[in-house]
Amino acid sequence: MIIYGTAILAICHLLGVYIGDVLGQLIGVKANVGGVGIAMLLLISARTALQRRGWMPARTEDGVGFWAALYIPVVVAMAAQQNVVAALKGGPVAVISAITAVIACACVIALINRTGPKQDDAWKSGTSVDTL
Amino acid sequence: MEMIEHALRANSLVAAFAFVGIIMWISVYLSRWLTFGRIHGSAIAIAIGLALAYWGGIKTGGSKGLADIKLFGGIGLMGGAMMRDFAIVATAFEVHVDEAKKAGLIGVISLFLGTIIPFIIGASVAWIMGYRDAVSMTTIGAGAVTYIVGPVTGAAIGASSDLMALSIGTGLIKAIIVMVFTPLAAGFMGLNNPRSAMVFGGLAGTVSGVSAGLAATDRRLVPYGALIATFHTGLGCLMGPSVLFLATKALVG
Repeated sequence: MIIYGTAILAICHLLGVYIGDVLGQLIGVKANVGGVGIAMLLLISARTALQRRGWMPARTEDGVGFWAALYIPVVVAMAAQQNVVAALKGGPVAVISAITAVIACACVIALINRTGPKQDDAWKSGTSVDTL
Repeated sequence: MEMIEHALRANSLVAAFAFVGIIMWISVYLSRWLTFGRIHGSAIAIAIGLALAYWGGIKTGGSKGLADIKLFGGIGLMGGAMMRDFAIVATAFEVHVDEAKKAGLIGVISLFLGTIIPFIIGASVAWIMGYRDAVSMTTIGAGAVTYIVGPVTGAAIGASSDLMALSIGTGLIKAIIVMVFTPLAAGFMGLNNPRSAMVFGGLAGTVSGVSAGLAATDRRLVPYGALIATFHTGLGCLMGPSVLFLATKALVG
């Protein structure tokens, strides 16, 4: 059933966010520490464990895949509710620091990625992604 | 007309699905016929989203862009943190575990660089522009990390509210630049495999900037970048009011 997949996703999400909150409290910061990342790791482990036992039929996978495919539209909706007006009101300090920070980071990204090992294309296979 | 408005308001989330679907359709069409596929449809859709957010902000004076207009209230739910994180977690289903493991260490290194480099730049720009005390420099520097790290750090070290607003503005502009320019700079940054996406996730910061930027570049790279970026805010909130503030204080007194 499709809802099994969505339920597994939801449980991993909630557990991850909970662990992230607890982690944040343990190290004394007022923020969630990696909750979404932990949820992603939980989902990956759940997938591996269930697939090994053969408990992950295609219908169940669809319950996760649908939400993964909705990702870009959700991001578009997210863009549409950013506080763009306030961002632009920040004045020259905000604009200059943001632009300089992005340029510097882009250069470091380029540097690291150009010095890294060559990658094969194996990661492109086996995904059932809507190309958009 | 009133009946239509009522239908849209009473079913705001459903209306948002329809509205975003139409934006996507227009964007894909524009991408194909205006740019001959050179600019990805989702990049255009995100740019349209930001433009609409600006319009909504001007029109209502609120802080949530288009979502402050009652007719488009569902956009707030659809693009809110809950749905965004739910969809991001779902993309983890497509992660190739071996690829992610191979890039684990460089991902963590990028995460630290992605906190320290923007902070130093933000704090330096603040200093050049006349904000010469440690609290102002730290708050603006932390804003250059992400727009959440900025106010969290500012609140912890006792910054004034206009400083916090400035810091949030810095972070927001950074996120918007990352969203819009990532697809254009993807070739320069070598953004074409999971390892590079994880490096990007660590350095570019902000889940919203990273996820939208990668989505507009290559949808398959999203989970790798998001996996690292999600630790960005936590690390920034940890380092901002502590190590980074103390270092700034030691430098400028």
